[in-house]
Amino acid sequence: MWSTVFLAGLITYFTRFSMIAFVKKDMLSEKTRIVLSYVPSAVFPAIIFPLVFLDVNETLEIVGNSKIIAAIVAILFGFFSRNVLITIFSGLISYWVLIFLLKY
Amino acid sequence: MKSKSKIFFQGASDISPLLIPVVPFGIIFGVIGIELGFSPLLTYAMSFIICGGASQIVLLQLVSGGASSLVALTSVSVVNSRHFLYGAVVSEYLDDLNLYWKSILSYLLYDQSFAVSYQYFKKNSNNINRHYHLLGSGITLWFIWQISTLLGIFLGAIIPDELGLSFAIPLTFLSLLVQDFKKLDHVFVMLVSGLTAVIFYTIPFKAYIILAATIGLLASLILSIFKKRKI
Repeated sequence: MWSTVFLAGLITYFTRFSMIAFVKKDMLSEKTRIVLSYVPSAVFPAIIFPLVFLDVNETLEIVGNSKIIAAIVAILFGFFSRNVLITIFSGLISYWVLIFLLKY
Repeated sequence: MKSKSKIFFQGASDISPLLIPVVPFGIIFGVIGIELGFSPLLTYAMSFIICGGASQIVLLQLVSGGASSLVALTSVSVVNSRHFLYGAVVSEYLDDLNLYWKSILSYLLYDQSFAVSYQYFKKNSNNINRHYHLLGSGITLWFIWQISTLLGIFLGAIIPDELGLSFAIPLTFLSLLVQDFKKLDHVFVMLVSGLTAVIFYTIPFKAYIILAATIGLLASLILSIFKKRKI
């Protein structure tokens, strides 16, 4: 595990270093830049969706899944506020309300 | 010309508002690390060695789910590929620095420090000490990230599992996308990537992040062609 952490550190450092040391302004084409600007939208949902839609047995859980409702609340709050903190906490609080108060 | 320390502290103060979400993110990372069964030392070491929230959480998530190092590291690389975009814009302001400076600043180039220092560089492009701004913003963020991770590791031993705080992981990543919620093309890419990840979650080696990100980027590529033709 330690070697994995060190390697992950090296990879992360290298992507940061290479952009300062090697990547020059005209090196990336306009098209590459457009595609790279989509990276967060292409990567983060791959982490988000399974954690919301799948249950502990890794099977799809739609009915009675409080995480889906809480995520929708977070998306709505995020959409209108565009605020990172409000997004996280609106989702977390509605999740707690659902599982503890409503026993959903 | 402003002194080096003045520019350093301006960097530190410019980044301050952006630190507010960093604190809960760091705490959540520390708590989750402990909850997933990693030792306090290893959890903290990730914040010191990797020092990138998204990379660290992906690593925790995949390794605890039984993914191999190769898959975990490839996924971390995919998450990090967004950094290459910054190089195109920030390198021109740091070109004159020696390798020693470039090495240090590379460790301190985070999403937030990039954002504020790039704004400063644009306005102060003829100031030869401008890199002290990135040093100030980067060190401040680094310090806050270390402290909040440590706080999370400490809290992780106290906070009960029943709170289901692991749900904070998808919420945290969701919060990083709020700026793009109103852009239909981005939302399309998000749905393509997310649904791919759910459908192919059980493919071998926990490679679903790599697969979903690749398909998401393919969708982006198609959108970018479409975008160009429209203009």
